[in-house]
Amino acid sequence: MRREVPKSFADYTPLLFPGLMLVVFFVVPFSTMIAVSFFKRNPAGFYTPDFVVDNYARFLTTFFAGVLGFSLMLAVLVAVCCVCIAFPFTYLLTKRSRRVQTLWLVGLLSVLSLSEVIIGFAWSTLFSQTAGITNLFVALGLMDKPVALLPTFGAVLAGMVYQALPYTILVLYPALVRLDPTLLEAARTLGASPVKAFFNVVTPALRNTIVATLIMVFVFALGSYLLPQILGRPRHWTLSVLITDQAIYQSNMPFGAAMAVFLVLISLALVGLMLLVGRKENAL
Amino acid sequence: MNRLIATPISRRGVLGAGLATAGVLAMPSILRAQDKSLKVGVYGGYFKKSFDEHVFPDFTKATGIAVESVAEPTGEAWLVQLEQAAKAGQAPADLSMMSQTSTLKGQSTELWTPLDTSRFKHYGDLLPRFINKYPDGRVAGIGAVAWWITLVSNTDVYKEAPTSWAAFWDKANEDKLGLLALASNSFLLEVTAKTFMGGTNALDTEEGLNKAFEKLAEVKPNVRLWYRDEAQFEQALKSGEIPMGQYYHDVTGLAIADGFHVRTTFPKEGGIQDSGNWVLSRASTKVDEAHVFIDYMSQPSMQGVMSRKVGTTPTLKKEVLDLTPAEFASVSSEIEPIIPRYDLYTSKADWINQKWTELIVG
Repeated sequence: MRREVPKSFADYTPLLFPGLMLVVFFVVPFSTMIAVSFFKRNPAGFYTPDFVVDNYARFLTTFFAGVLGFSLMLAVLVAVCCVCIAFPFTYLLTKRSRRVQTLWLVGLLSVLSLSEVIIGFAWSTLFSQTAGITNLFVALGLMDKPVALLPTFGAVLAGMVYQALPYTILVLYPALVRLDPTLLEAARTLGASPVKAFFNVVTPALRNTIVATLIMVFVFALGSYLLPQILGRPRHWTLSVLITDQAIYQSNMPFGAAMAVFLVLISLALVGLMLLVGRKENAL
Repeated sequence: MNRLIATPISRRGVLGAGLATAGVLAMPSILRAQDKSLKVGVYGGYFKKSFDEHVFPDFTKATGIAVESVAEPTGEAWLVQLEQAAKAGQAPADLSMMSQTSTLKGQSTELWTPLDTSRFKHYGDLLPRFINKYPDGRVAGIGAVAWWITLVSNTDVYKEAPTSWAAFWDKANEDKLGLLALASNSFLLEVTAKTFMGGTNALDTEEGLNKAFEKLAEVKPNVRLWYRDEAQFEQALKSGEIPMGQYYHDVTGLAIADGFHVRTTFPKEGGIQDSGNWVLSRASTKVDEAHVFIDYMSQPSMQGVMSRKVGTTPTLKKEVLDLTPAEFASVSSEIEPIIPRYDLYTSKADWINQKWTELIVG
């Protein structure tokens, strides 16, 4: 397909609506947030419009660096886990019959209807000592006595991967369905085993999709603030939890905004870095 | 005194009944009655449901003022919304239930219309701690509801009821506690001061606060859950998963009534008594209606209804109440309460918050 270069103003009109939405729902709120992050906080009340950098200064400590580092690490780990599970799964799914695929996709979509609260409480029950899965293991003779699997890092990770997995699959699915089957046939004809063909042909062919999916899940996981509270200990709380504390419980909007701006900038930088690395690899 | 209140109520009641039967002829009066209305913000969930059921209909019947109840979020989100709206001359609610710390914060921008206490017949019967004043003595808020945070435990796991907050520090309770996650809603600094430092006055100085933080750090290994949402802890307490902690006396009472194996104890150092005020937004034009409402809510009989139906603690002196000793005991205790140091959460808010966060997260 040949792409026509837009010539007149009219050719750009289809862009107006998305552009407007972007301004209304992203540029305006984000600018407000940046503005508020420089406002002056009054601990005995609210905040006054000003230009102070105190809010950023308070953030630049090893304590918050630690929390930020943990949040990024957790989001990366969730993204990697999700893609590692979802990619082979989706690939195998596309090999099934239409009917089976539809059933699976409907099932996955129904998981999306669960709120973070329900997912959190369901997993906290599953991981509990009194009613959790370890009771099942005891009944099967695999364990001596039931134990609590939360609050632990593993519980937080499991909950977040569970929450993000349907999105991951839904993003990967269209690309995998459209993958040219002749690529695989060629690989098989040339003597590659199905596993080898998957890793040496399918995976590299969809590298860009995988990178895009990783970024999407990473950004999605970065905003999680309920699951770390329900399934983890305070040291597993993400920066989002602390932002909520400031905004909702301390009415310290300027500091909350400064933390949020920082989080957005760091994640944009990481995403940019990833795209840059991806482009270089493609150029080679 | 009681007669004075009773008269207008019954007269209104008779009038109302008469109007209903008079039908068409009474239309103008009904319209007048509906003209008077009041938007009242109450904490969403249990409180709003109870107020809608047990309080507002009777108030409208007694005074002819229609009430529109608004669910407010907990925390300080509602304070921020009221403040932003007042700047624009709007009042999302005329009267709101407001936590003590939020009431103090609202004072800083004169968010609350000062109340005329001569219009409250039972003003003199209010316990002093339920009157929130501006520094110059004007009244910013009147106690709306009070509740207790007590020492709760699961009766299957703890056969004997704990008697002191010191149980939180007991090494035997490792990884067994559920505590509230913020300094300003758990009031654990006050508990520490009352239990180990002779009283909450020990928190007057930064040195005293540091000592309390140090002592509180010893609790950390015993805490399994630092919760922000009640439901998070309640479920775990009922099942025995997290068998001890701090929780709301009223809600624990409901759980006991439902047959769950839990108990609530007023420790010998006292339960924590927290409360909310009625405050009137400066953007509200319903000053008269608001005074009528606060006056109505501050009657001994209404305080009794609230204790019996909603489970809140009366804001009036015990002597004027119509509660039986058993009813009083179910919503309060003779032990001197721990009153939170609300002033600290405005004067040293960020310092305490930072130290607290580092204490539990670090």
